[in-house]
Amino acid sequence: MNDVFGAINGNERIEADAVIIGAGPVGLFAVFELGLLDIRAHVIDILDRPGGQCAELYPEKPIYDIPALPVVSGQELTDRLLEQIRPFDPTFHFSERIDELRREPDGRFVLKTDVGTEFRTKVVVIAAGGGSFTPKRPPLEGIEAYEEKSVFYSVRRMEDFRGRDILIIGGGDSALDWTLNLQPVAKSLTLLHRRDEFRGAPHSVAKMRELAANGQMQLRIGQVTALHGSDGRLEAITIKTKDGEERLHIDAMLPFFGLTMKLGPIASWGLNLEENLIPVDTAKFETNEPGIFAIGDINTYPGKLKLILSGFHEAALMAQAAHHIVYPDKKLLFQYTTSSSSLQKKLGVK
Amino acid sequence: MAKITFIQPDGSSQVVEATPGNTVMEAAKMNGVPGIEAECGGACACATCHVYVTDEWREKVGPPSEMEEDMLDFAFDVRESSRLSCQIKVTDELDGLVLSVPEKQF
Repeated sequence: MNDVFGAINGNERIEADAVIIGAGPVGLFAVFELGLLDIRAHVIDILDRPGGQCAELYPEKPIYDIPALPVVSGQELTDRLLEQIRPFDPTFHFSERIDELRREPDGRFVLKTDVGTEFRTKVVVIAAGGGSFTPKRPPLEGIEAYEEKSVFYSVRRMEDFRGRDILIIGGGDSALDWTLNLQPVAKSLTLLHRRDEFRGAPHSVAKMRELAANGQMQLRIGQVTALHGSDGRLEAITIKTKDGEERLHIDAMLPFFGLTMKLGPIASWGLNLEENLIPVDTAKFETNEPGIFAIGDINTYPGKLKLILSGFHEAALMAQAAHHIVYPDKKLLFQYTTSSSSLQKKLGVK
Repeated sequence: MAKITFIQPDGSSQVVEATPGNTVMEAAKMNGVPGIEAECGGACACATCHVYVTDEWREKVGPPSEMEEDMLDFAFDVRESSRLSCQIKVTDELDGLVLSVPEKQF
């Protein structure tokens, strides 16, 4: 994360020419195509780092269908794209989600993130892939009613957990880290995992086992099968272990089952949707709202293929259309990076 | 071709023809078997193609790899017979395979 240039975060108002929603490969390449046309971009992503699905789902998996790269991992593709777009100096806003998008009377768009950053921009590019990554909700009956009171998918303030009987579920770093962090403030803490093997960092596993051996916390091997409580307050849960079912008294539960993709707030922006995808035309990749474009896996059109390379193509055509909006009075001359000295200057190679 | 039977939580079942070399997940998706979501497209990265292997087939199908075990942590109601169907390669030996689809994929 530290090597990503120009990342900022927080409560502020930003004037922009283009805002790209999603820092996956297609969002990153859109920075490049817009940059060649003198449009500087802000890029927002709910993850804490660039790469989108390439970073979150398959950083180490090889990809074989990127033109001219016979094999590349998700992480390497991300790193190479970051290198390629560096001359265009985008500003990244990580761990933020666009919750609101509306058009002002002057035709510009206002976007607000969940942490209060506000953008005013001429062009919006939705490159949100499968939607925003959100924590997986265990399919337990009635769990929604307990969320934010007794069931939490992240820890905002440790103090909220002081003196509570906490159950943490999972076997990765999030589950282990929060077990170690919350154990000192909890009244009691139980870590529940389906098997006695952990994916998390070995030193965290060792520390957790030491706490459990000293009786400072409980480690249980099994799975939750039911929740018990009322008015959003959890009082107990049923767990299934190899010895059968058992009821545990707890009043706070933190399930860490990884992330899944949900369309999220995009659904409420007044855009046409077809089965959670955004229909676009194939000349500009523009949505039903002029000035809002959708590229990559999130869009749909006749013949659409969900391929990274298709998203790259879509980014290039989108940028041409975006130029007309950002610079309505400028005539756009089509140029090649191989021969245009002005493009080469922008790329910093001349 | 190998025949694979998918049993749904309501007891209904569907037999699909699977091509050796493909994965069981691909065979399920191609034939529209409900309950096999495969959100990540077969990268062993999401655990939404979770299935239970019926007892008589468990030995032939074999156990999950370490990477698959790690990913099964993200599935729900995991049992001894749990596998991710994107990690089961169809072979002629698996002709007749019977799998159950879990109630929910998360």
